[in-house]
Amino acid sequence: MSAPTDDITVAKGPPGVDPAILHRPGGSVDAPTQLALYRQMVRMRKFEKRAYDLFLQNLVKGTSHLSLGQEAIAAAFGVAMDEKDYTFATYRGHAHTLARGTSMTGVMGELLGRSCGVLSGKGGSMHLTDVKRGVMGSYAIVGAHLTIALGAAWSAKHRGDPRVAVAFFGDGTTNIGAFHESLNLAAVWKLPVVFVCENNLYMEYTPIRTVTAVDNPAADRASAYGLDSIVVDGNDADAMYLTARECLERARSGGGPSLIEARTYRTSGHSRADPGKYKPEEEVAAWAAYDPIDLYRARLLAHGVGEADLDAVDETADSDVQTATVEAQASPPPGLDLLMHHVWSDGGSSWRN
Amino acid sequence: MAELSYRDAVSRAIAQEMDRDPSVVLLGEDIGAAGGVFKATVGLLERFGPERVRDTPISEQAILGAAMGAAMTGLRPIAEIMFADFFAVCWDIVANQIAKSSYMTAGQVSFPLVIRSGNGGGLRFGAQHSQAVENWAMAIPGLKVVAPSNPADVIGLFAAAVRDPDPVMFFEAKGLYATKGEVPDGELVDTLGTAKVLRSGTDATIVALAAMVPRALAAAEVLAARGIDSTVVDVRSLVPLDTQTILREVSATGRMFTVEENPRLCGWGAELVSIVAEECFDDLDGPPLRITTPHIPLPSADALEDLAIPSVERIISTIERAMQS
Ligand SMILES: Cc1ncc(C[n+]2csc(CCOP(=O)(O)OP(=O)(O)O)c2C)c(N)n1
Ligand SMILES: [Mg+2]
Repeated sequence: MSAPTDDITVAKGPPGVDPAILHRPGGSVDAPTQLALYRQMVRMRKFEKRAYDLFLQNLVKGTSHLSLGQEAIAAAFGVAMDEKDYTFATYRGHAHTLARGTSMTGVMGELLGRSCGVLSGKGGSMHLTDVKRGVMGSYAIVGAHLTIALGAAWSAKHRGDPRVAVAFFGDGTTNIGAFHESLNLAAVWKLPVVFVCENNLYMEYTPIRTVTAVDNPAADRASAYGLDSIVVDGNDADAMYLTARECLERARSGGGPSLIEARTYRTSGHSRADPGKYKPEEEVAAWAAYDPIDLYRARLLAHGVGEADLDAVDETADSDVQTATVEAQASPPPGLDLLMHHVWSDGGSSWRN
Repeated sequence: MAELSYRDAVSRAIAQEMDRDPSVVLLGEDIGAAGGVFKATVGLLERFGPERVRDTPISEQAILGAAMGAAMTGLRPIAEIMFADFFAVCWDIVANQIAKSSYMTAGQVSFPLVIRSGNGGGLRFGAQHSQAVENWAMAIPGLKVVAPSNPADVIGLFAAAVRDPDPVMFFEAKGLYATKGEVPDGELVDTLGTAKVLRSGTDATIVALAAMVPRALAAAEVLAARGIDSTVVDVRSLVPLDTQTILREVSATGRMFTVEENPRLCGWGAELVSIVAEECFDDLDGPPLRITTPHIPLPSADALEDLAIPSVERIISTIERAMQS
């Protein structure tokens, strides 16, 4: 552990978090990886801002949960994971899906209910899945996918396949039984799974500290399952990336599961058009000054990356989002025959003869 | 041919499938070293080893989630939920995760898994260890639902369930574990979605499932001696449902009686009655009647539990009264 400094290349630590508790992983991140992390975060940010605009125009229907402000976590894992590793995401899963290389058009189409959607419009924003890229699903019942991720990890271990399963979830999820059942069983069976708690301080609208018996909702529970307590700066893409590498490596080499608590903040509402009135102004301001993309851009510039190079990344992301939006809007609604398809693996839905 | 108990048929079925396919794995509470609380998995740990036969903690959600995650990534898990009443603590994984994920991902994932469970009453276990819940499973799109009534069907239908590419809820009738039946030698594989006509008659058609099948057969014998000649159909599989056999047999006699262990409301027989009413109404000579457990939790005392679950006597008297009026 090194003490925090004013050096921009060493993050101060998230607002309200005692820097002394932060996990400071060893190693360093090389320049191409840093650029990849920056690129991932920018793509997520621009994509979700567009998704929000489309929601306000009533083009994205139902609901949509953004991870604006939380991008460093998804980006870090997206870059650190092997191509074949498994991602298990939640309803707040746009960024995690994009992180694995799923096309923006496929995700945008799904949000818009179009046939070009990754699920042909059958799943919607909360169920993004792209098995070809290891995105094994986005699950909208709090906690359930931790159990499923451990099953995928068990299967990989059993088959002698070096894949690791990674499950992302929120702070609120640490209070549901499935979280505890999963950690225990994964630890007992020493499974190659990484549990990543994105502690954004709120469940839906209720501050997590008001409903949780410990200060660090994930990390303080780790010892109950014989796991290390890891609190990491979830807005520092380098710290996140190195922590991800460390835990993925531990899983892959037979060291069993890890539980990471990444401290972050969702700068958007919980879902839909939630204005987030339950958040204190000072808190919002403090985290706005600790934005993961702003921080990282400043760091890369300090490292000597050219401004023009970063601008080029931004511009490409802008045009990719624009292309995805145009393509998705041009895509027809799903064929009505899809209604009765895919209940069974033969593609049908028949329950009788 | 050999005589085998229903519980030994379960372990023989599992062994048959684990022998055949190395991707088949088994998990659940007390199933390994202890051989299962119902002794239906005896010898499997010794035979297939601790990697394939996994004792779990008391974590029903994790058990089923593990099965789901394993099924979507190349294994064919068999998960045990000890008592079917316990589905209430892990129903999310069954009803929201396993059942819906193929549909909502437009078929990107599928779940070749079997969830077996001790279902129903008759053992004086009281309300929280006795309910027949096959109708819960039948109500969820995306689940196949099987409930065998005899040892040979246990093996054949279990093998079909393991080989099926979709999730199958396999309800073992707790009240039948000790019963015995003739089982052919060698590998047995049956077909899901096929009902079986166990007795042919001309006056009435009794449609029964699982533990109610032997009772329906016993009732049919008594009724025959009293001049009412009945057909008995063993439904075997609620999803897929062999409506053709049921409609044919009901049309042939003109009367249908269901015998259901599940509590009355929305029991599986209600669906059958509705299908019969819609599709062979003109062949009926009288109203279809349902013989069910009343809409109550199950009591423990012998006298009360016996009164609750359809008995041979209740089947006989209900059918006799209906046929005489
Ligand atoms: C079992 C269950 N209970 C409640 C909900 C409703 N719900 C959806 S998201 C959410 C908050 C979850 O909080 P957290 O785990 O912190 O994740 P975040 O949304 O902050 O990313 C709740 C209560 C649900 N989907 N599932
Ligand atoms: Mg939260």
